[in-house]
Amino acid sequence: MRVAVLGMGSVGRGVLQMIEEKDLGISVTAVADSRSALIDKDGISIDEVLEAKAKSGFCGDRSLTAMDVVKKAAYDVLIEVTPTNADTGEPALTHILTALEKGRHVVTSNKGPISREFSRIRSLAAARGVQVRYEATVGGAIPVMHMLEHGLAGNRVLAVFGVLNGTCNFILTRMAAEGLTYEQALLEAREMGYAEADPTYDVKGIDPAVKLVILANTFCRKPVTLEDVEITGIDLLTNDALRLAEEQHCTIRLIAEAIPDRGILRVAPRLLPLSHPLVVEGTLNAITIETDMAGEITLIGKGAGSVETASAIIGDLLYIRNFHAERHPKKT
Amino acid sequence: MKLEIKDAPGQLIAALKPISDLGGNIIAVIHQRDEKQRGGMLSVQIVLELPEQRLKELTRMIREQGVNIQRIGHERLLYQKAVMLIGHLIHTDLGDTVDRIDCTGFAEVTELNISMPAITQVSSARLLIKAVNKEDMEQAMAILRRVAREKEFLLVEPLEEIE
Repeated sequence: MRVAVLGMGSVGRGVLQMIEEKDLGISVTAVADSRSALIDKDGISIDEVLEAKAKSGFCGDRSLTAMDVVKKAAYDVLIEVTPTNADTGEPALTHILTALEKGRHVVTSNKGPISREFSRIRSLAAARGVQVRYEATVGGAIPVMHMLEHGLAGNRVLAVFGVLNGTCNFILTRMAAEGLTYEQALLEAREMGYAEADPTYDVKGIDPAVKLVILANTFCRKPVTLEDVEITGIDLLTNDALRLAEEQHCTIRLIAEAIPDRGILRVAPRLLPLSHPLVVEGTLNAITIETDMAGEITLIGKGAGSVETASAIIGDLLYIRNFHAERHPKKT
Repeated sequence: MKLEIKDAPGQLIAALKPISDLGGNIIAVIHQRDEKQRGGMLSVQIVLELPEQRLKELTRMIREQGVNIQRIGHERLLYQKAVMLIGHLIHTDLGDTVDRIDCTGFAEVTELNISMPAITQVSSARLLIKAVNKEDMEQAMAILRRVAREKEFLLVEPLEEIE
């Protein structure tokens, strides 16, 4: 199976490293970062590309762009792992739509296009008879999309609850454990590299809301958008509130919640008993799925990280190869 | 609830045991010996707290003990929920915030723990709200959400299980 990788950030590099290390029978025929690209239909040398990127900041030829890769390279699956633009979804949206239009499968970690243009992307993929998979957009390494679509196939999903933002969970864990103020815990999260210089997207609950939209669109019939989510962040929480919660053997976590039958789509800090399965520590993510047949299932795992996210992407790639590769027979 | 029990050793215990077996909490036992009735029976009044939906089971168990239930009083404030409020709670009239729930008649704030670090900083409070049933509790929460919006509080609600 031939893949083209767009994006050479931590996720893109993790994917390339794992493809190289694990001998999965995947050949990389093109890569692109924001300023250069490299195309070779016989397969590029991953070691050389990673080294070039580390040394010069460019992965290849500066006269080539990511769009050249999408249009001209020889690949079966496009791996779109450029940074998320939550406002427009671009340039990832154009990359994805163009690849699908050309009849290529797409695997992405990019929340922008999947949360904003899900219906459009899905219907184009269906029309072209190709797959678009996005396991890595929600919950990092946690295979929640596979669980919803395959593991729990035939179930009716009654509700999904999740701790979907590692930065917020880290801040709340530290406020509860050490009695830090919100500002102190945020500072610590920054020093540890868990929070961006501008943490708004995380602490105001927008990131988990975007992920909730992606989850809801995966299991609900009625399409939803970010505007449908009622969002409250964690930035007004006090360590006093966490202490008062702890006195009752409870704590506070930022919970994303979707209950389709009651029309609930909400991200908000919530009180939970300390023994609740969603009370996970640090940057961990956790997702509880409630269904009619299976009852309650909770998945807990790493919500971010280069190799962890690569795990989700490679899971999607191998799923496509194993179950949907008939249009693109395996090269010998 | 008003019970009629035999005036004999062990009878009161037999009547009370089902309450604790069902996870109930006995608040008061009013045992008036001078009210002795015909046939050596005693009237006993019990005020108790019981988890939701358990009253039917309790009456059955008490009757099995050979105790006659004369009367069951009103079910009151049996459903409870703890919530957090964060904001300028004092300067926005805490009394009014509590009263908006209490004045409904179907829900009450029964506990309030508040932490006020400094005049300029926000306060944090844990409120215990009790209501007769789930529907009333939902209405009380809707009122609280409205108050929170109006007074710019952060309201932290418990995560409920799906039924």
